[in-house]
Amino acid sequence: MQTFYSDLLVIGAGLSGERIAVESAAAGFSVIVLSIVPARRSHSSAAQGGMQAALGNCAMGKGDSPDVHFLDTVKGSDWGCDQEVARLFADTAPIEMRRLAHWGVPWNRVVPGKSFYFKGGEKFEKYEEPEKEGLITARSFGGTAKWRTCYTSDGTGHAVMCTMDNRCAELGIDVRDRTEAIALIHDGERCLGAIVRCLRTGELSAYLAKATAICTGGFGRIYKATTNAVICDGGGHSIAMDTGVVPLGNPEAIQFHPTGIVPTDILVTEGCRGDGGTLLDVNQERFMNIYEPDKAELASRDVVSRWMTHHMRQGKGVKSPYGEHLWLDIRHLGDKHISTKLREVDEICKHFLGIDPRTQLIPVRPTQHYTMSGIRTNRDGAAYGLAGLFSAGEASCWDMHGFNRLGGNSLAETVVAGGIVGKKIAEFLQGTDVSFPTALVRQAVQQQEERIRDLIEGKNGGENVYKVREAMQDALMDGCFVFRNGKDLEACVRTLQEVYERSGRVSLKSNGKGANHELAAALKIRGQVKLALCIAAAALARTESRGSHTREDFPERNDRDWLSRTLAYWPEGKDMPELKYEPASTAWDIPPGDRGYGGGTIIPAEKLPGKAD
Amino acid sequence: MARLLKFNIFRYNPQDENSTPHMQEFILEETANMTLFIALNRLREEQDPSLIFDFCCRAGICGSCAMVVNGRPGLACQTKTADLPQDITLLPLPVYKLIGDISVDTGVWFREMYQKTESWVHTKKVFDPSAVEERMDNAVAEQIYELERCVECGCCVAACGTARMRDDFMGAAALNRVARFVVDPRDERTDKEYFEIIGNDNGIFGCMGLLACEDVCPKNLPLQNQLGFLRRKMGITAIKNIFSRK
Repeated sequence: MQTFYSDLLVIGAGLSGERIAVESAAAGFSVIVLSIVPARRSHSSAAQGGMQAALGNCAMGKGDSPDVHFLDTVKGSDWGCDQEVARLFADTAPIEMRRLAHWGVPWNRVVPGKSFYFKGGEKFEKYEEPEKEGLITARSFGGTAKWRTCYTSDGTGHAVMCTMDNRCAELGIDVRDRTEAIALIHDGERCLGAIVRCLRTGELSAYLAKATAICTGGFGRIYKATTNAVICDGGGHSIAMDTGVVPLGNPEAIQFHPTGIVPTDILVTEGCRGDGGTLLDVNQERFMNIYEPDKAELASRDVVSRWMTHHMRQGKGVKSPYGEHLWLDIRHLGDKHISTKLREVDEICKHFLGIDPRTQLIPVRPTQHYTMSGIRTNRDGAAYGLAGLFSAGEASCWDMHGFNRLGGNSLAETVVAGGIVGKKIAEFLQGTDVSFPTALVRQAVQQQEERIRDLIEGKNGGENVYKVREAMQDALMDGCFVFRNGKDLEACVRTLQEVYERSGRVSLKSNGKGANHELAAALKIRGQVKLALCIAAAALARTESRGSHTREDFPERNDRDWLSRTLAYWPEGKDMPELKYEPASTAWDIPPGDRGYGGGTIIPAEKLPGKAD
Repeated sequence: MARLLKFNIFRYNPQDENSTPHMQEFILEETANMTLFIALNRLREEQDPSLIFDFCCRAGICGSCAMVVNGRPGLACQTKTADLPQDITLLPLPVYKLIGDISVDTGVWFREMYQKTESWVHTKKVFDPSAVEERMDNAVAEQIYELERCVECGCCVAACGTARMRDDFMGAAALNRVARFVVDPRDERTDKEYFEIIGNDNGIFGCMGLLACEDVCPKNLPLQNQLGFLRRKMGITAIKNIFSRK
């Protein structure tokens, strides 16, 4: 077995992982980056919309500033975020966008003169000032006071990912694709690296490092219906939770999007509804206007997802081999509109459904989209519980998103947090020395070898990993999706406890040799069920509705009792998570108030938690 | 009654001493809107968990799942079974090293390509965090993005006559990458410096103009235009090189 040493080991080569690597390598430290897939295939590259940063260059962004961005972010989070982190983020984002421009991102730029834009199907005129020509421009996104989203056509994530990976190549950073970390090496107090399985040969190696950063993105794949890539499976979260000492922050905070296509849950843009598309049921009748007479299809993501789910529960869904769905109708928008303004939707319909949206309906359903939840870190990106362990991006709960993140803030977070955390890691490396006890490493390797041997030899039982995974996904979809209530959540927790027990009896049907996928799935199933149980248990405990967490039986946002962040720990040998809580923020620049959308009532706080008097 | 699809899939696991290269047949009932992503996952989960293949975004954005489908390289995620005959043959992409069954190692090939082409902006300017960004013409930014849309799936190289005959040919993906930096005003490299990278038979002068790269590109990149553009530019540079020789 081989052993590799570096100052920093980064697990995950998406935008936040590579941004951290660049920052630490530029400070002179040796870095190894691990990735399940070639770096540019990371899910960061799938983000199309853009990155929020208050540059204020374009006409509709005039007067924007980090202060306004900060305010939007805190409101968006439903006061669930750490306000100091949100502040740090808003202040740093403009610098980071300019740095990306310097490295090679082809941001769209201000074109001076008169032009038109659409809002709610209506046409408006705007005028771009000549003195701003050539500066980075921005587009409009939901939940923001100004046009603030920097973009490159419809491929922002892809373009930034290319540039970041080029920067890694330039700095000679060692990015190793087709490698997967399956366990952290630690002594209960300090993280010393990871045990890694090669996805070409199946061989195990030990990677020892003074600092380790987990940047593995979200874990949407534990849900059956998700917009996430198949690699967003929670592998990074699992190995952190397995240590028993690192908590998951706000596991109940999961975002859903109304229009994933059926069967593959690829996202079609909110722009369809923004431009006048409607949602239809099994009888091809509109329904959003019944539930939300004012905004109808244009209500916020969470609200539309809720009513769609409700409507399907009323038996108005369309049955299909892939489960129930509803229809999105954009036929009336006409050929010209569809082939120019909604080109990407047109292509998705053609490539993945084989339909023409000019004449046919698009099958859609609410779909898991983003995990505000993640490995809980402090403002420096250092994970709670283990020295030398860091995390950034969607994998982490750094916590600028609270209970609902705004569009364009997630992609911006990857590079902004990556830059900040990368710098903090470099500082940490500067002042730290460690010794790697060989007994500890040997024990970690042996444990993993044993796990693999048991799975191959069928020592634990005869459960099929894919069946167990399906049972977990079904339980989450039934009890812990868009709507939550006490009764269903209790049933969900009970079912997941059974699934957790089954996950311990999984064995392989194949021989597990080489780049075997069944083994990879079997190695992470137990961790995935742990994550699922954290979501369900935390959602059951939180008796209020905040951001994306909607309790039918507790519709109010309850600041009196729940202005807090959940910390879910999984101590060794336990079969349920332990839930603890901390104040959502220690600084309250903006005291809790109304978001201005989504409705609902608020039970006010008597005193703000964590605030020094 | 839905069609019963017959899949003929290449099987070989180089890590298994008992494995030999062969074709294996699978039968699967077609469902509505089925893509090869759905079909292959069902085969692995319901029939043979040893099957090795790659998917990542499953939305035509990341380039992971390129394979040869009934003789033609393409992305499996955006291939609908309804567009295929009842018999479907799946083979791994040629040129790249085989990992197992229909999975190949594009990652190493492309990483070597970045090093060969020095795939990053070459500039002596230093970033100043307190300054406003440098201006750029929007049309130029869009032109750069058009060439940067490559997802590195490897289809163009797998379909290339020259690449199939010669391991050292850079292929359309690499030449397109160079073109991306040639049009970028931030990159300070001269034509002569680009000539050092691609001005030979491994590079721009090795292309036979068979056009297959552009035919199979799932992102519809204008690969032949770029090859033509670079060939003219490098041709002129070659002539200048001759005259400037002392």
